[in-house]
Amino acid sequence: MAKVVNRLHPDFATQSYVIEVFKGVALTTRQFARNLFARKDIVTVQYPDDRRPYTPRFRGKHRLMLRDDKSVRCVACMLCATACPANCITILAREVDDPTIEKAPSAFDIDLLKCIYCGFCEEACPCDAIRLDSGVHTIPSYTRRDQKAGVINLMSLGSVSIASQGGEHRAHSHEGTAHGRSSGH
Amino acid sequence: MHLVDNVLLNIVLMTLVKFAGFVLAFVMGTATVLTWAERKYSALLQNRIGPNRANIGSIRAGGLLHMLADPIKMLTKEDFVPNTPNPILFRLAPLMAFVPALVVFAVIPFGPGETFQISNTSLGILFIFAISSLNVYGAVIGAWASNNKWSLIGGLRISAQMISYEVAIGLSLCGIFMIYGSLDLQDIATRQGELLWGFIPAWGIVYQPVAFVLYLTCAIAENKRAPFDVGEAEAELTAGWWTEYSAMGFAVFALSEFIEIVLIGCVGTTLFLGGWTIPGLHGDAWWIVVLEIGGFLFKSLFLVWLQMTLRWTLPRFRYDQIMRLGWRIMLPIALLNLVVTGIVLTFIERA
Repeated sequence: MAKVVNRLHPDFATQSYVIEVFKGVALTTRQFARNLFARKDIVTVQYPDDRRPYTPRFRGKHRLMLRDDKSVRCVACMLCATACPANCITILAREVDDPTIEKAPSAFDIDLLKCIYCGFCEEACPCDAIRLDSGVHTIPSYTRRDQKAGVINLMSLGSVSIASQGGEHRAHSHEGTAHGRSSGH
Repeated sequence: MHLVDNVLLNIVLMTLVKFAGFVLAFVMGTATVLTWAERKYSALLQNRIGPNRANIGSIRAGGLLHMLADPIKMLTKEDFVPNTPNPILFRLAPLMAFVPALVVFAVIPFGPGETFQISNTSLGILFIFAISSLNVYGAVIGAWASNNKWSLIGGLRISAQMISYEVAIGLSLCGIFMIYGSLDLQDIATRQGELLWGFIPAWGIVYQPVAFVLYLTCAIAENKRAPFDVGEAEAELTAGWWTEYSAMGFAVFALSEFIEIVLIGCVGTTLFLGGWTIPGLHGDAWWIVVLEIGGFLFKSLFLVWLQMTLRWTLPRFRYDQIMRLGWRIMLPIALLNLVVTGIVLTFIERA
């Protein structure tokens, strides 16, 4: 259905613009006076001093989560690097002595200039190792090199995650949950 | 010989004192404050805060220090000259806009008598027209010398617009000359000190209200400020005719625009708001003179405020609307106003 556009047909007094100009001047002057004496209409946020709170779901700079012993939770499975549409994640894996842990990253670099903060890596991660919930925003630097976040940098933002890791293995270690589950079968 | 020298020296010294007191202190002072006031004022009427970051230590003074910070910034920025065949014209253009705006103040009477006028010429208003119409050269030559398409389009728009409104502004003021029978601004101001029928001040705005509206509109168009700023038109032309200007070149252009705001205020006051006269107050006592000068400055600042408010209230006209307004509305109304004034004056003289 065609949309009907209601055309305005201002009368001559309006069209002559003289009275309208004075109305406009009165309006702006009134607003000026209001803002001069009371600040309640002013919408400016004085940015570096005052910041708007981010929503809890805000995706900021990445961080790598830690195990109880403060080692990195990442097992270098490459799922995040595969899911990444911007190809900004570079992972080099190394072996670990602990037989319960698959691998660990010897390097985990994120190019923050390439990253589009889509959060796909966070969704792909089976270990709750990478998260974008640090709340860190606007990361300025003088060189491009400073925009590469390495494993140490990412871990420094991290904290211990209580999520279970390693599927069956983890479940076996907790006898109670394992029994509860088998009794359910 | 000795006597002549003394007289000449006196004249030169008095002129310098008047220049310092009126042009340097009042005009330049107001123009400098306007650079801050315009941003702060526009911010407050748009529900923003405006400039408030410049500080010395913890003193911010509501952003007043931006008046200091701006020149420092402008002086230390790169003074860029584009790849142009006319670098000399490019350098000259800001001065060509700046000097005429400043020279015009020579004939403005800011107080009673010759003491309070830098140069008392019987040409008065014609001098203002002659000099201030040179303004267009600064903008157009700057636009041309920038060797930039945006600048050129802006310059073309400006030249057409300024020349069109030059016609209407001249005709709108003719009624004033007819009524007061003089081109001398001091004469016109003094005549406005009289009272009409014993209680209405005989100001130009009382005799010629239409001419006042025409004058203010055309003057704002002459000054290329919003709503007539199609030459700048940052939405279409980057920054129009001053796109390529940076650092002090830009600052001089901007300052000459602010000086012209004060000029429009001063001329408007002299012709329409009674100049330095205060209704019902006559005499030579020093406090009356001080009041009269204060009254002139106050009225001028009122017109400055009116221009600022109009600039931040009205949206920009389209280019064709501006030309239509100038030629098909302003000019006929000015002519009609002139004819009616002539007829009425003739009847009054016969009666």
